[in-house]
Amino acid sequence: MAESKSLRVAYGEALAELGAVNDKVVVLDADLAHATMTSLFQAKHPERFYNFGLAEANMMGAAAGMAHSGLIPFASTFALFGTGRAYEQIRNSIAYVNANVKFGLSHSGLSVGEDGGSHQSVEDIALMRVVPNMTIFVPCDSAETRKAVFAAAEIDGPVYIRVARPVVETFTGPDTPFVPGTANLLREGKDVCIVATGLMVKEALTAAESLAGRGIEAAVLNVHTIKPFDSEAVLAAANRYGAVVSVEEHSVIGGLGSAVAETLAGKSAAKFCRLGIQDRFGQSGKPADLFKAYGLTPAHIQEACLKLLGKNV
Amino acid sequence: MSDTTLDGLAVQLRRDILEMLYRCQSGHPGGSLSVLEILMALYYKTMKTDPSNPGWEDRDRLVLSKGHGCPALYAILANKGFYPREDLWNLRQLGCHLQGHPDMAKTPGVDANTGSLGQGASIAVGMALAAKHKKASYRVFAVLGDGELQEGQIWEASMSAAHYKLDNLTFILDHNGLQIDGANDEVMGLGNVMDKFAAFGFECFDVAGHDRDAIAAALEASVSGKPKFVRCRTVKGKGVSFMEGNAGWHGRPMNAQEFQAAMKELGGKQNG
Repeated sequence: MAESKSLRVAYGEALAELGAVNDKVVVLDADLAHATMTSLFQAKHPERFYNFGLAEANMMGAAAGMAHSGLIPFASTFALFGTGRAYEQIRNSIAYVNANVKFGLSHSGLSVGEDGGSHQSVEDIALMRVVPNMTIFVPCDSAETRKAVFAAAEIDGPVYIRVARPVVETFTGPDTPFVPGTANLLREGKDVCIVATGLMVKEALTAAESLAGRGIEAAVLNVHTIKPFDSEAVLAAANRYGAVVSVEEHSVIGGLGSAVAETLAGKSAAKFCRLGIQDRFGQSGKPADLFKAYGLTPAHIQEACLKLLGKNV
Repeated sequence: MSDTTLDGLAVQLRRDILEMLYRCQSGHPGGSLSVLEILMALYYKTMKTDPSNPGWEDRDRLVLSKGHGCPALYAILANKGFYPREDLWNLRQLGCHLQGHPDMAKTPGVDANTGSLGQGASIAVGMALAAKHKKASYRVFAVLGDGELQEGQIWEASMSAAHYKLDNLTFILDHNGLQIDGANDEVMGLGNVMDKFAAFGFECFDVAGHDRDAIAAALEASVSGKPKFVRCRTVKGKGVSFMEGNAGWHGRPMNAQEFQAAMKELGGKQNG
């Protein structure tokens, strides 16, 4: 049985590990260190951890000032409060001048679960994607989260790492490539390509397995970097398979599905369908129940592929 | 520089500011004129900077949080030799490094991107915190506008400045009492700013905001274990009678008659 781990724990562990080899790294949090798991960095490097209290806008601005002074700040809070409340600080204080600030923001998407719609960010990718100079990583498991943290430290400029809360199976390995901006084809196929990001990658692989039982070969493309977007890989997949299904734990507006649509528009005649949150807010519930209610399970992905291919569901 | 020389320079800088703004027919005269002596005290008396090495790691930093006052900063940086004075005449024009609001990536000597009010205070906190972190001795100054104090971020930043005991950080308030829609007290009253910053844990100083020596003395006053706040009582539009104390001159361009009248009033050498 493969190891299971929460992405937020992997984020905190990776930060602690990175801190040991890069003394420019400082970590900032907004009174959520034990939720974002930056507490793991704090325990190892207390002199490089700065709590800003419940003041996300100030934290992001201060991170810019620290980056201007040669440090590499990783600022963390929940995805909603980071990309939402502090949006304009990220836009003007950080991205506008390409400040070397990283923000690993946890509790993204519906999988926050019980806390409900007020805490479930389903629009954060969209908000960050329209900001110039931004890099966006959406890791799919703990191994990829670790790679995203280390890769972020090597990039000169703002990087958003979208971190999910649930404990999930670690299905990629230490040797699985993680090249920023290069999507990973995790499964070859013939009939359709499922383009997925974050927690939906595993769901896509499960769906592809079921489809194989029905004689349909679905490829799975893991888009761990939403920006810069690997339009070349997506276009190649569309042309090769003729059918594309995108799936994300985010609104279908502005996120992965939009990026795929922008790539295919005018360039591909492939059939295309977007799975994700259909322009609505989240609500309280267990993550698995929410995924069912919002159409984000392997069964939904399988159904979307079958429909796209004109097969009986 | 002697005080007589600085008096003459103040006239020259005011002329530069007005000419920049007249040429581009946009920008903010009122707040650029009110903040001038604050920036002169910083750049000619207090701050360590090196025009030949703008990125000098141990320089003192200035964050013009009220970024719309940047014509005053630009005129001073040109005078200090960070770039040629001729650049001033292309303010706000396509391709010129002098943006409508400060851009550190484009303009030598500018230490932070500001203009969206409230944000500079936090950037300054981050810089001061980084100096403490690195055990560096440089100081960080943030110049705030009074209308800007209505931004909640100012108070978040202030709380963190006191929490981290940033005695290398000074917030300087250009308190001219006016903002775009009128008097501060009519738009959204600030209350007693001295009491507020004291309550937030700052060591507070109150000075005449066009008295360079008084400002510099407050900037030099020794403070330990807490950030410093210097309230500068200023006049919006200072130096041009028809602009003084008039909120209408926050961000309106001068016509030819107004420009000539203002330049005549200021006196000093002809520009060009």
